[in-house]
Amino acid sequence: MSKLHVTTTVNGDEVEYLCDPRETLLDCLRDKLNLTGAKEGCGTGDCGACSVTVDGRLVCSCLMLGVEAEGKQIETVEGIADGYVLHPLQKKFIEYAALQCGVCTPGILVAAKSLLEKNPDPTEEEARYWLAGNLCRCTGYDKIIRAVMDTAAELREAS
Amino acid sequence: MDYHSPASFAEASALAQNATGITRFLAGGTDVLVQLRSELVTPDTLIDIKKINGVHDITRNSDGSWTLGVAATGAEMSEHPELGHDWPGVVEAMDLIGSTQVQGRATLTGNLCNGSPAADSVPAMVAAGVTVTVTGPEGARDVAVENIPTGPGKTSLAKGEVISSVNIPARGENGGDAYLRFIPRTEMDIAVVGVGVNLRLDGDIITEARVSLGAVAPTVLLVEEAARAIIGTTLDDAALDALTAAASAACNPIDDKRGTIAFRTEVAGVLAKRTAKIAYARAKGEQA
Repeated sequence: MSKLHVTTTVNGDEVEYLCDPRETLLDCLRDKLNLTGAKEGCGTGDCGACSVTVDGRLVCSCLMLGVEAEGKQIETVEGIADGYVLHPLQKKFIEYAALQCGVCTPGILVAAKSLLEKNPDPTEEEARYWLAGNLCRCTGYDKIIRAVMDTAAELREAS
Repeated sequence: MDYHSPASFAEASALAQNATGITRFLAGGTDVLVQLRSELVTPDTLIDIKKINGVHDITRNSDGSWTLGVAATGAEMSEHPELGHDWPGVVEAMDLIGSTQVQGRATLTGNLCNGSPAADSVPAMVAAGVTVTVTGPEGARDVAVENIPTGPGKTSLAKGEVISSVNIPARGENGGDAYLRFIPRTEMDIAVVGVGVNLRLDGDIITEARVSLGAVAPTVLLVEEAARAIIGTTLDDAALDALTAAASAACNPIDDKRGTIAFRTEVAGVLAKRTAKIAYARAKGEQA
């Protein structure tokens, strides 16, 4: 079985890899590009720990094949901070202690960033629905939602 | 596993026709990849149809009907400014499936071809009178959605056949559709019962209706008795009682941990009544 050559853009950088057609985008990000921020929680699209955006659309990278990334624009959690300057969401997650074990956090940051780009002024209900595909077994979600809502308010003031 | 990304449906059909072993078409992949990863189904040939021109398009035709590309996602349907105005039941049914992430990939055609009796979008499509265009070795033909599933995980599509578009009728005047489902939790679960209703009014009288039930039989059902129970009525209490009885009578469900036979049968009647009321209000222009 021959491998397939894929050229794609990850966090603004053009990258290439060879993959087996059965490998998911998550496998390719983690094992070929060493971008281990996205996590494999369930591998079946239920937990959201592998969330990335593809051409601006939030998806589970475990539910997409690596070969499907050809020519796409991929954004992962590694692209959220600007060098050592954390994104406002990342700062608020620390301020609110919106994480404990941290396995869900990269996916939730990517999903929350995607929400705020689409809807800068979400209601708490909208934020909870948007993030319903990101499971967290530590926090009970309350601190996460507070951190997201406060970031949204701060970003609105800044703009 | 061989991966192909053909440039046309004719090419996709030919690839499938000439393939040996297990073939799967890949649209959003939210079922195909889960089956692949869990080693339930490992295709020998995987045909990704997303490189075909127009597969993401949602187009209103000049006669008011709609043509949806087979890779148009739930998110793209919900974001469309007009589609949900014409067919709120179809759009809401699709939107009930999975999380934001799943909505970014999942498609009507995938939901249909997965063959689940509990597929949320399918009763809504059946009620709306949606057809799909099937491209095969002999050319293309249109097939009513209710004639695609033949049993859990099974469809009537033959080797070499692939769905190449989804065709939603023109909404027309004084019509409304709705879809409701019962699940044991608030969100993101598989339907225990799903009901789609689509109807048209002349004044207060229902002149046309289609009622479809999901998750209460091996395939999604088009229940003509239930439609007959409300056609010619103003959806008064007697009509609603007749609808409830007809919907429950059509059920042939399984008994499992999410719902017993008795529960699913009763809920199908209750949901049919509630769904018809929403569709009726929409047809009257009273409810968005």
